[in-house]
Amino acid sequence: MEQIINLLINGISTGMLIFLLAAGLTLIFGLMDVLNFAHGGFFAWGAYCGVWFYSVTGSFMLSIVFAMAVGLILGAFTEKVIIKPVYGNHIMQILITLGLMLVLTEMLKVFWGPNQLSSTAPEYLSGSWQIGNVIIIKYRAFIIFVGLLVFGIVQFILKKTRIGLIVRAGVMNKEMVQALGINIKRVFMYVFMVGSAMAALGGAMLGPYTGSIYAEMGLEFAILAFIVVVIGGMGSFTGSLFAALLVGLNQSFLAYYFSELSLAANMLLMLVVLIFRPQGLFSVRG
Amino acid sequence: MMKTLLKVDSIETYIGHYHILHDISFEVHQSEVVVLLGRNGAGKTTTLRSIMGLNPPSSGAITFKDQNIHGLPTYKIANLGIGYVPEDQGIFNYLTVEENMRVAMKKQDAAHEERLEWVLGLFPDLKKFWKKEGGHLSGGQKQMLSIARAYVNENELLLIDEPSKGLAPIIVEKVMESILEMKKTTTIVLVEQNFMMASRIGDRFYIIDDGKIAFSGSMKQLNEDDQLKKKYLGIA
Repeated sequence: MEQIINLLINGISTGMLIFLLAAGLTLIFGLMDVLNFAHGGFFAWGAYCGVWFYSVTGSFMLSIVFAMAVGLILGAFTEKVIIKPVYGNHIMQILITLGLMLVLTEMLKVFWGPNQLSSTAPEYLSGSWQIGNVIIIKYRAFIIFVGLLVFGIVQFILKKTRIGLIVRAGVMNKEMVQALGINIKRVFMYVFMVGSAMAALGGAMLGPYTGSIYAEMGLEFAILAFIVVVIGGMGSFTGSLFAALLVGLNQSFLAYYFSELSLAANMLLMLVVLIFRPQGLFSVRG
Repeated sequence: MMKTLLKVDSIETYIGHYHILHDISFEVHQSEVVVLLGRNGAGKTTTLRSIMGLNPPSSGAITFKDQNIHGLPTYKIANLGIGYVPEDQGIFNYLTVEENMRVAMKKQDAAHEERLEWVLGLFPDLKKFWKKEGGHLSGGQKQMLSIARAYVNENELLLIDEPSKGLAPIIVEKVMESILEMKKTTTIVLVEQNFMMASRIGDRFYIIDDGKIAFSGSMKQLNEDDQLKKKYLGIA
């Protein structure tokens, strides 16, 4: 029983990290119709910048803020320079963002070398709590807390503010939003920046979770994030949380019981969803 | 002499490789309803989309209140005071009726709230379904929501694309009454295949055939010309 609870917490925290990556991806795809294969690169850059800034300043919280700021800047640059010329052209988007993903990955090696970097959680987030026979690792609880906090904040913005209303409307019908006098391209840029910052946040939180980071991690997590976007429904923010938790739990339990099957099982999960609900579990297209 | 609000001057519009509009020119004067008539695929919808900048013309000029709007992005054209009701109604299906209206409102101040209340007075059904998602409305309710949304700001010109399409006659009557009420305060370009509706609402007409203006005149003139109606609109 204790093992199951531990696997559950492990799965939920992994799911939250994937959610941070997938949530931005799903909004970017839903609103902008942009297939951004470089999104994992922002995640990896967030991880490296977080670890580096933490080693320089000794402040874990500041390192998270720094990683998110880097994500925002990378997002703004990517949208303005890389994505803007290829709006509406999916093939070009795939090619150019895959190229950017490779560049971002290689640039990490240029700055920090080809080897893995080790990463630790700050003292106040290290260790664990014991409740009966169940051991709850503090850092995993912290990830779950941050994931839920981000979900709550973004959900509040989407549901209770005008910009959120515009984003939701834009996901359903971009053309109509423009015909109502709203500059959708500016909204595109904000969403892209926020999505990139969320990916960087996820990356910054991953380091102390796994203990080490490496340049190719962005691509690996991006695959999981794409699976989440497809399962959750393209453009659905709530769907991405639900699907990320599903994938995280799937990963956690299968990695424990049948370690070789974990990625294949997620693919299988996606396949089943695609067969029975091709639009994903939570569709938002109008 | 009536002031010209919108002037479309020799526009040519392509969609992909297809040349849809050929040298289309027409004028819309303040406070009138101009109806664009023609068979399916004649280019009426593309004409409205060209004005809105959704299918920008490759050449020609479009002026609104003496300002050239050709080449402007759609949102700037809309902000100059042009409301658009697309053929597919453009309802945000997962937003409530209230959210559909509020996303269109340029400001949320007292004056705009007052305008919203007034517009809802013209479309009382919308108030009944205020918290219902747009996707759950009937075809007629969706059409009313789409028209009300375009009218919630004080737009000087409304472009309305086939408001009677797919609606039951009794609903068409309701939509028509609403448009007649709106006609008192705004200028309208109406694309319509329902000739009964067009002739009751319209002041002047342009017939578009194969992407070209084939004929124009007053609605009264068209009403009396059976040959013209038969030739271009397929009605005896």
